[in-house]
Order: sequence, then structure tokens, then C-alpha cells
Amino acid sequence: MSELETGSATDLLAIENLEISFGPLAVVKGVNLTVKPGEVLAIVGESGSGKSMIGRSILGLLPAPGRVTAGRIGFGEHEITAPSSPDELRLLRGRSIGLIFQEPLSSLNPTMRIGEQMFEAMRLHTDLSEAQIRERAIDMLRQVRLDRPEALLNRYPHEFSGGMRQRIMIASVMMLQPKLLIADEPTTALDAVVQREVLDIMQDVARANETAVILISHDLAVVARYADRIAVMEQGVLVESGPTRGVLSQPQHAYTRKLLSAAQLGAPSPIEGSSGKPLLQVENLSVDFSEKTMFGLFGRKVHHAVRDVSLKIAPGEFVGLVGESGSGKSTIGRAICDLAPMVSGRVIFDGQELDRLSRSEEQTQRRRIRVVFQDPFSSLNPRMRIGRIIREGLRHDRSATRSERQRAVEEMLEAVGLTAEMADRFPHALSGGQRQRVAIARALIAKPDLIIADEPVSALDVTVQAQILALFKRLQADYGFACLFISHDLHIVEQLCARLYVLHKGRLMEEAPTPVLFAEPRHPYTRRLLSASPRLEQGKDGLQLAETELADNEGDTVDYFDALRADEPYRLVETDAGHRVAVRGYAEIAP
Amino acid sequence: MTFFARLLSKANGLIGALMLAIVLFTACLGAVWTPYDPLKSDLLNRFAEPSMAHLFGTDMFGRDVLSRLMRGAWVSVSIGLSTLVLPVALGTLFGAAAGYFRGWFDRLLIMVLDALMAFPGLLIALGLMAVMGANRYGVIIALSVAYLPAVTRVVRGSVLSISQNEFVEASAVMGNSRLYTLVVHILPNCLAPLIVLTTMMFGWILLAESALSFLGLGVPPPEPSWGNILSEAKAHLIRYPLLGLLPGICISLALLGVNLLGDALRDELDPKSGVAPSKETI
Repeated sequence: MSELETGSATDLLAIENLEISFGPLAVVKGVNLTVKPGEVLAIVGESGSGKSMIGRSILGLLPAPGRVTAGRIGFGEHEITAPSSPDELRLLRGRSIGLIFQEPLSSLNPTMRIGEQMFEAMRLHTDLSEAQIRERAIDMLRQVRLDRPEALLNRYPHEFSGGMRQRIMIASVMMLQPKLLIADEPTTALDAVVQREVLDIMQDVARANETAVILISHDLAVVARYADRIAVMEQGVLVESGPTRGVLSQPQHAYTRKLLSAAQLGAPSPIEGSSGKPLLQVENLSVDFSEKTMFGLFGRKVHHAVRDVSLKIAPGEFVGLVGESGSGKSTIGRAICDLAPMVSGRVIFDGQELDRLSRSEEQTQRRRIRVVFQDPFSSLNPRMRIGRIIREGLRHDRSATRSERQRAVEEMLEAVGLTAEMADRFPHALSGGQRQRVAIARALIAKPDLIIADEPVSALDVTVQAQILALFKRLQADYGFACLFISHDLHIVEQLCARLYVLHKGRLMEEAPTPVLFAEPRHPYTRRLLSASPRLEQGKDGLQLAETELADNEGDTVDYFDALRADEPYRLVETDAGHRVAVRGYAEIAP
Repeated sequence: MTFFARLLSKANGLIGALMLAIVLFTACLGAVWTPYDPLKSDLLNRFAEPSMAHLFGTDMFGRDVLSRLMRGAWVSVSIGLSTLVLPVALGTLFGAAAGYFRGWFDRLLIMVLDALMAFPGLLIALGLMAVMGANRYGVIIALSVAYLPAVTRVVRGSVLSISQNEFVEASAVMGNSRLYTLVVHILPNCLAPLIVLTTMMFGWILLAESALSFLGLGVPPPEPSWGNILSEAKAHLIRYPLLGLLPGICISLALLGVNLLGDALRDELDPKSGVAPSKETI
């Protein structure tokens, strides 16, 4: 630890030698932390590091059977670990210490109007009149940059997107002007673009009210932008803490360095394909989802998930498909392997249009395409052993004998960095990263020519993400497959993909070779995506936060297509070799 | 720890399993051996007090109560177990087909089930019994029909939710047929709620059989079942309460055992659901 932190009179929060145990198991061991008024402290660590438990213990809300077994937590005049009366803590919560949870879907009560939920705490903790409370609520909603706040008060949570809900959450927590705000992974469930927005708003509101913030997160790069100080947790132990700049540029502890190197992801190494005939060609693909309207008897609402998308993948090439959630990127992947119905368009694989082949021919061709899914906790059958899960990938290969299959499974396990003994285990005995390796092994055992990887690393911890990306790279060199890599994170696809497609609301916005897209992004949406995902970079004095500096494009007067106005005429224009941008109508772009 | 060791390490699992084991043992014993012939009447020895010769005394025809309860256990339990076969088999088949293939079959099935479920199960059984006449096989068929909707609903529901998992799509991508995916990937994952439901249903059927027999629409006398023993005792309940009390206690204890074991099974197999299925919720 670089500095010994001792409590002083000016500290808002002082945690001394804190130990939290679940039965005999200590999940937080001897942690010392202080927070000064108005300061932003980030607590960073992987899942299971005990970072959330610290946040919970400050509120005195540890989930049973967890309890504080040693140490103290002092908040101003109050001893949270030894309250003088049961009501002391209850009055502190909300009034002086606010909490924002990770999951905005479940932290707002779906049966209560937004207004009611916001007023609730005000009525409890203040003596303001109804009219005053209402005014405060409207003012807060304005501060979190929501339009027409008066109307919002009468609406229900389900009418809002995740990002808006999280803003509403911030508004209702900050309405009481707490001295300390604890934000537990407040944006992990959100997209990069929305995440940036929400955190910016949270920072502004906290500053305006002089509220100190404890920001709990697994993502160092995200919190580095906002935190004054960073505390790094590993398996319940505080391994390092200090000012943000210092921790980034001169990390003292090996684990901090490991986290930092994972956040950097290293230099990109795109996997180029071979030239010539493309392996996969998607032409003018459209997918609609129809949902029954409330009076379902009378009609359906059609939602265009994917509109008129064309893309190409060369043999052995890694191609990235990027966009925020709801952009239709996963739907394209699913449509290619017949998991989602196409309305129109053609999928041409290895020179043959799949839908035109005979049924058995189509099956044979489709087996050359495999998928790695996003969530390794739901993509493996919990009742099957690992060996059987992987072996199933070979089920349709009639040529292999039983012992050959067995050997192939063992080889595959070794190839993805697991051991052959794991074949006898069940999925629940494996970590998230190990499960994703199993999913990759299952896809690869049939030696497919194309792998569709649907957000394969976004459910994983940062350090594990880097390992899985490296694994993809190594396996590609050994097996030579092509890959459609779907992700919401530009920096992840940058690592491996030679070319990128940027998707917004079901339409292609921009398509370019990766280096070109990063160097000269044209479309405003691409630029927004780029600036939204922060990364750490090696600067002249150690690591620092890299703001992706985008060249000023004020001179750019091109009339770009805006996906929010979906019904306007749309056209892709080629600006350079392989660089195409969506414009409105017949607008032209000078190369 | 194996599954059974974990199950029996809990108080409700252990007690429930023990109680159920005693009931099953008594039933099996009652099938092959009873102290006296449960049907043989001895009119000179009616309403005998409990004694060494007749442990629980004799009834209004002088038949040995213990022997009748033992044989009655066999009759009730065997009806209960055989009634489980049909709803579980057909319910799994219908529920799986409806939940996985959806479409018109699903809509039709749900419509029929909803109509069936509008009536209490016992009422349906009563109606069917009135048509088929009171006998053992009638009871089995009537109760099977009455409990078919519950199983179908539960299986359909779990097939629907398991189908949402990515491993089901992964199976499709590998080129597996839909039937293979259903049998290999989906159904094994639906087993847990089905096992819990089956256990609970055994208890409900015991109770329903007793109720039918009590109403004279179940197993016809003189063959004993817990329900008709209770029914026959009804007329003499004030002077000889023991005659009615004993079969009542048997039914209650068997049900308690089933419920305790069912709860423990649910905790072990399906910890997220929180509540065991009850007649009201399905």
C-alpha cells in the first residue's frame, strides 16, 4: 500500500480494519479506506473480490448471513458498525447515504409511477410540502437531462430504457442531497454510449451537490475517468490504493498491473483473410419482428430489426459487427445460421445460396458454420458433462469412430487451454472463462469454416476477456477459420478484426478496414461509439487514460443518414477502397 | 455429498422420507400378510376394545381394524401409484410437444386444459365415477384425467423456459433435429419440477381417493381402503370414535410425509422457485 490511510477529522467516511464474514469465510479482510467530502473513490476488483460487500456494509445492509466481524465504519459522527439505536442507520440511509444499484430493471418498482417512487423518500426524510417535493423532483429530473420531467412523473418504469431508468434512479437518490453516494456497478448493464452518458450525469449531479461518491466497478478504464482515487481489491484484500494518476502510472502491486494490462488489451493484431472468392456473402438481409398490439386481434406492430444489410467475409478473415444493444447485430448473426427468420435477402456461403439448396445439402453446408454464444452460463446444458457437450459438436460426422471422437475431445480441451480431466465435470463446476472455453471447443471440434461469435467476451471479467481474445487469435492460426465477431465494444473488435461494420437501429452506418475506421471515422454514430469507450494507454510517464482524440469534423457538411429518422432515404456511399458510409438521399461524399 | 445424502440431511427430508417409507412398507406388507383376514366378519365380537388379540379392536362387523388398515394401505397406495403413471406419461408428452413445437397444437391444448381446470379435480373425478360406476379401475382413470392438466401445465411451462437457453440454439446450430434437441437437451432439464410435482401429486391422489371412497364412489366395500373405512365408521363415530380416528390418522400422516418430502425435494432440486407447487397454483 503506497500510503497509510489514517482517519482524520475531515474524513466523511472512515473504514478501519474492516472484516466481513459469511459464516467461517472472510470475504473482506482488514480493509482501510477513507473518503473525504466531495471526493470520488473508485473500488475496483473482479467478481468475488468483496468490493460490493464493502458498499453494502457502509449502509448496514449486508445480505444474510454476512456480517462485520472486525473493524469499524465511521460516517461523520456516526458509528455504522455500532449504531446507538436501530433507527440511526435507517435515518442515515437515503438521507445521508444514497445507493444506486447495478440493475436498473429491478431497482425501480414496476407497479409504481416514477413520481411516487421519487416522493417516497422525500416524505420520509424531509418536512417539505407535497408541492415543494414535486418541484424538487422535477428539478432533479431536469438535472439528469431528461426531457419534459413533469410528464415523466406520471409514467411507469417499463416505459423507459435502461439508461433512462438509471438516470431516474440517480435523480431520485440525489434528490435528498446525500453526503455520500454509493454506486455499485451503476452502468455495467448498459452500452458503452449510454454508460458514458449516465456516468457523466452522475458526476455532474454529485459535483453540483458536493456529494462524495464511491464508485464500485470491475472496469478500471471506465472508472479512471471519474475517480479522484482508486482502491484495488483482490479476493477480499485491499491490495493498492492511491490517487488515480499514481495508480495508473506507477502501479505498485502485481494484481493492479495485471488489471491494468488487461484494460489495455495490447496492440491490435487484425486477422486478414485470403483474397479471392468470399466465404460468406450476405446480401440485402432484412429481419422483422412482429409483436401483437394490445388489441392483438386487430393487428400487429412490425419492428424492423435489420434492414437491407449486406456484408462479406473472406476465408480466414475476422470481421467485426459493432453497435449498441438493439442495433440488430445479434439478429444478423442469428439470421445467418437460420435462428431468426429472414424477410428478404440472400445468404451465400462458399458460393452457394443456402436457401436454394436441397434440405440435406443445406444441412451439410450449415454445419460448417458454428456459433459461440454470449452467455456461457446459459449456452452449456447444465445436465451434461463437459466431454459430452464438446463431443456433441461431432455428432453429425459419420466418419469418426467412438475412440477418435474421444481423442478429438481431449485434444480440443487442451487446445482451448483446459485439461483433459475436465471432460468428466459438469458446467457448474467451471468458472465463466472456463465455460466460454468449452463453448469455443464445442464450436471448433467440427473444424468449421466460419464461426459466429456473438459477444463472446462481454459476460466475462476484464482479465478473462483478454485471455479469451488471445485464445481466439491462437486458435485461428491453428485452424484457419473465419469469424464474424459481434460486439458492442469497439476496442474488443479492434483487437482481432480486419474489417468492421457499424450498425445502428438495424442499418449499416459505416463499413471500413479497422485501422481506417479508427483513424478517420466518418459517420457521427461511429464517432460517438469511439469516444464512448475509454481505454488506458501507455503515455510518456506511465499509463494514462486515453481519450480517443477525434479530429475535428466541423468542416464535414455531408448529410449523413440518421438511424433515428428511419424512414428517410438511405444510401451507402463508397469514400475509399472498402470504406463506405451511410448518407441521406443522394448526398455525395468527396473521397 | 450425493443427492440423497443431502436430501436426508435436512429435517423435513428425513422425517418425510421415513414416514413415507413406513406407509409404503405397511402397504406392501398388507398386500401379502395381515394378522387376520380383513374381510372375515365375526358378528359375536363386534366393536371389541383394543386388546392383545386385536391391537386396534374390531369394527361393526367384528373385522380386525389393524388388518383392514393394513390392507387399506395397500389398496390406497397402489391406486395412488398407478394413478401417477398416466398423467405423468401423457402430461409430459403433451406438455413437451405443446411447449416446444407451439402452434395450433399448443393453443388447442391450452384451451382444453383451461376448460378442464375451471372445475376442481375432485369434481371431474366425481362426474367420471358417476358415469363409470364405483370400482378400483374407475378411480384410477377418473383421477388420472383429473390430474393430467397439472402435469401438462408444469411440463409445458418448464419446456418453455428451458427453451430460452442458448444451449438449445447451440444444438440447432450443430444441425441436431428438433426432436433430438427436445429429448436430449430440454426434457432432462425439466425433470426437477416434474419430480417435485409427482411426489406432491401422490399425496393429493391419496386424499382424493379417500374422499371418493368416503362418498361411496371409490373402492366398493367390503374391500377396505382408507376412505371407505372412514366412511363406514361415520355412523358409529360418537360411540366408537377410534374407528374413524385411526384411518384419519393414517391419511394425515401419509400426506404429511409426502408434503415434507416434497418440500425437501423442491429445496434441493429447484431452489429458485421458492414455493412448492400447490393445487391452487397450477
